Amino acid sequence: METFDPAELPELLKLYYRRLFPYAQYYRWLNYGGGDGSRERMTKNYFQHREFSFTLKDDIYIRYQSFNNQSDLEKEMQKMNPYKIDIGAVYSHRPNQHNTVKLGAFQAQEKELVFDIDMTDYDDVRRCCSSADICSKCWTLMTMAIRIIDRALKEDFGFKHRLWVYSGRRGVHCWVCDESVRKLSSAVRSGIVEYLSLVKDNTKNDKCGPWLEWEIMLQYCFPRLDINVSKGINHLLKSPFSVHPKTGRISVPIDVQKVDQFDPFTVPTISSVCRELDTISTNEGKERNEAESDIKHRTRDYKKTSLAPYIKVFEQFLENLDKSRKGELLKKSDLQKDF
Amino acid sequence: MQFSGGNRRRLRLGGDQRNACYPHSLQFYLEPPSENISLIEFESLAIDRVKLLKTVENLGVSHVKGTEQYQSKLEAEIRRLKFSFRENVENEYERRRRDHISHFILRLAYCQSEDLRRWFIQQEMDLLRFRFSILPKDKIQSFLKDSHLHFEAISDEERSLREHEIIASSTSSSASKSELELESVYKIPFADALDLFRGRKVYLEDGFAYVPLKDIVAIVLNEFRAKLSKALALTARSLPAVQSDERLQPLLNHLSHSYTGQDYSTQGNAGKISLDQIDSLSTKSFPPCMRQLHKALRENHHLRHGGRMQYGLFLKGIGLTLEQALQFWKQEFIRGKMDPDKFDKGYSYNIRHSFGKEGKRTDYTPFSCMKIILTNPPGQGDYHGCPFRHSDPELLKQKLQSYKISPDGISQILDLVKGTHYQVACQKYFEMTHNVDDCGFSLSHPNQFFFESQRILTGSKDIRKESIQPEAPQPKPSVQKNKDASSALASLNSSLEVDMEGLEDYFNE
Repeated sequence: METFDPAELPELLKLYYRRLFPYAQYYRWLNYGGGDGSRERMTKNYFQHREFSFTLKDDIYIRYQSFNNQSDLEKEMQKMNPYKIDIGAVYSHRPNQHNTVKLGAFQAQEKELVFDIDMTDYDDVRRCCSSADICSKCWTLMTMAIRIIDRALKEDFGFKHRLWVYSGRRGVHCWVCDESVRKLSSAVRSGIVEYLSLVKDNTKNDKCGPWLEWEIMLQYCFPRLDINVSKGINHLLKSPFSVHPKTGRISVPIDVQKVDQFDPFTVPTISSVCRELDTISTNEGKERNEAESDIKHRTRDYKKTSLAPYIKVFEQFLENLDKSRKGELLKKSDLQKDF
Repeated sequence: MQFSGGNRRRLRLGGDQRNACYPHSLQFYLEPPSENISLIEFESLAIDRVKLLKTVENLGVSHVKGTEQYQSKLEAEIRRLKFSFRENVENEYERRRRDHISHFILRLAYCQSEDLRRWFIQQEMDLLRFRFSILPKDKIQSFLKDSHLHFEAISDEERSLREHEIIASSTSSSASKSELELESVYKIPFADALDLFRGRKVYLEDGFAYVPLKDIVAIVLNEFRAKLSKALALTARSLPAVQSDERLQPLLNHLSHSYTGQDYSTQGNAGKISLDQIDSLSTKSFPPCMRQLHKALRENHHLRHGGRMQYGLFLKGIGLTLEQALQFWKQEFIRGKMDPDKFDKGYSYNIRHSFGKEGKRTDYTPFSCMKIILTNPPGQGDYHGCPFRHSDPELLKQKLQSYKISPDGISQILDLVKGTHYQVACQKYFEMTHNVDDCGFSLSHPNQFFFESQRILTGSKDIRKESIQPEAPQPKPSVQKNKDASSALASLNSSLEVDMEGLEDYFNE
């Protein structure tokens, strides 16, 4: 794999945000079906009240970004060229107008339930690497964590829409997007993390006999979660399809069905996908009609890069969300005898 | 509730309608009462419920909740005060009505501060827990339904499918696991069973918690607490409107802040203490709050206003005369290089005032524990307040060590403090310093501490408290006849004080 040079980021990002970032799918996700007239239950302006934060070049960090629609989002991202994008909560008012709101009235209302599993939390049990490094050996710990947590979220809590995303360096995130879950209080979120947590730091190992093996396995392998990430409704977490500024890797969705085969070292970097893009353009010939909308290009473009399979995983996730929503609508209209 | 004096449409309910009003012997108090009642009944219902809740508190501290002793004592008290608790007891409607109305009256009094709310919620929860525990199993489902708790018991087939998991997830011992097999199991959305699932004490499947009957009470109580807490917040917001009704204001203030016992204002032993005894008395017979005030006074030759009030009135209560008090304070302040004339001008007036010799000549009564604990918390440079309530636990520990309390005693005291049982902690201090197993009284006043201590140390019984001997609170006929608002109010106040003092014997049993 060709190396990634952070100094190239500004140029690479420009290309990425113009030709590769999957805005349509991204908007389809965060809009959660709003605006098709059928979702009165849902807060109007769900997308418009969502906070985003951008980290720009030279570590300039700006919060309370919000957008009117997909096209507004695209324009701003292309204009600002963020190094990092975080997603926050859906607020009571448009975040970019929060200063005009009466004190105390601007409140975070809903957000996906998120989990962050970081390899550094396993430092006391891995000897191959430490801190920011990972290798295929210790990545097994991560695979185990994903499987254990995903199973619990699905089977115990009944959560249906779970999006697992590679963070770009040493960990994974999980976004639980069920409608009822987005409304959960901070107390319940904390309770869920407590339920999922077993390993406490520095527990003395005084078990013996047949339990010792289990104890060791649990100590080493059981998922280690950061409660602070999950409990706050207003917590900001790195966005899927954001780029990791140090490794260049793109935060891509993980196919949980094939989690054992997921290899973080084969995740595309921004430089590699941009290079792929160049190769395609060259091969396709120079007759590119610049008047054609970028959108048309983009839908063809990413499909031909190594981003394609990951976007497919994302689309499957979106399909499931849509299906659920339709199911809910049918139920509701049945109840109202609204045929 | 309508408090209109004029419009007196008394609701008369027929038999069936009455039962429909209160279908159960316990309730969530979701709807406020809508009758008219007299001020007399208003007052007596409130007092009775305060008595009940205080009993709940005392029993909860001196007995393990749920044991036979606890239950039978609590039941006796509820029965005596004519509140509801069980089905099929005589006069059920009247008991439930009293329960309903009195709860809502106390909301008005106890919504006013964090401490009061916490206390009220705690006792009401314990009361509900008791009543729920004696509810017959077949009545539980309908009670849950009427309280708008949508908990469904699952069918036998559903239960047997999951029997293994449910038992494995429950926290009971193997002995009671067999009982578990016979109990109903309720299917509850997981978010409503937070305290159970966060500690992995319940079986979760597909977003539902399968809660056995014995654990459902925890969820019911949680719901109750959440609802009551919200309701109190709302009540507090409407309180100004209620308080502006001058018929109610004195009662509500009395209820939450009143000392419900003896006031130790005149001991009948005035002059029996000499000034040179005070130092030794402070270590032997003073409660820690006064012991620390005395020490601070001796060390700094000064006390701020809060300390002077609390300590000064206490001294009056133990028998210091006005002349002695003046001499005592002046001597000490002069040691602090205060000018004698300045003392005469600035401080002696206040001392005489507190003895009722100046101004409107009220003979101020020494502060009760409740008053010290709940009002006027000490700040930097203050030494008043209750050490168990207001001192940092570490500092309290050090203080107790310096008083030579045993480590075991100290840890018992600190545990009680952690559980906010400040007065019981002080009782424990009494027991440790006087070398008795049981102090034999329920502490509610610093002067009571002193009196009981002297009783043990001097073995004498002739220091009699000049107690007021009231009857049990009864509506006063004279007030009922009185239609005039302001004089009714005045008589209400005086009968109220007597009634309040009527609680004294009750708590000193």
